Amino acid sequence: MRADAAERVESGGLVLLALSAWLVPGSGHLWLGRRVKGLIFLVALTTMFTTGLALNGRLFPFQASEPLVFLAAVADLAMGLPYFLAWALKIGEGQVAAVSYEYANAFLIVAGLLNMLVVLDVYDTAVGRK
Amino acid sequence: MTSHFLLMLLFSFFVALVFAVIMKDQPREQVRFGAMVFGGFILSALVLGWLMYPFPF
Repeated sequence: MRADAAERVESGGLVLLALSAWLVPGSGHLWLGRRVKGLIFLVALTTMFTTGLALNGRLFPFQASEPLVFLAAVADLAMGLPYFLAWALKIGEGQVAAVSYEYANAFLIVAGLLNMLVVLDVYDTAVGRK
Repeated sequence: MTSHFLLMLLFSFFVALVFAVIMKDQPREQVRFGAMVFGGFILSALVLGWLMYPFPF
């Protein structure tokens, strides 16, 4: 399994692998042939993100004057393609008055942070640390 | 969905699932670890909730 993964990474490049893993959650694992893991990440993280949006969560803006808002924006961005889709469709405007607003933001932010962990896991797997 | 408890269950489930799959490789270990993380989330949320109960704000 490790030899397989290493061969695939050499042909594609680690940067491309990490980029793909960031853009589409789980795709890095799918690329390395770890289908079950990849599918679980794809379904779980995408569902978390869409749940956050459905519960009236907000995709935070990159506001340097507000450090916590800025960090939340970075975490949102870590979700990859779903983030850009939601941003383009203007779905993540957020409704502060909604009961589920805070929970929704937790879903959105944590989905992005977990995707960062998944990218690191892909990297570790690709270089043979796992 | 406006039930905070159900939202907490859903959130805990997804986080436990992803952590278990990242941290462990064998299915049996994943289930065990995931159940522990899920249970830990629920238990700590309930304990913290009851500890905060007397506070007026």
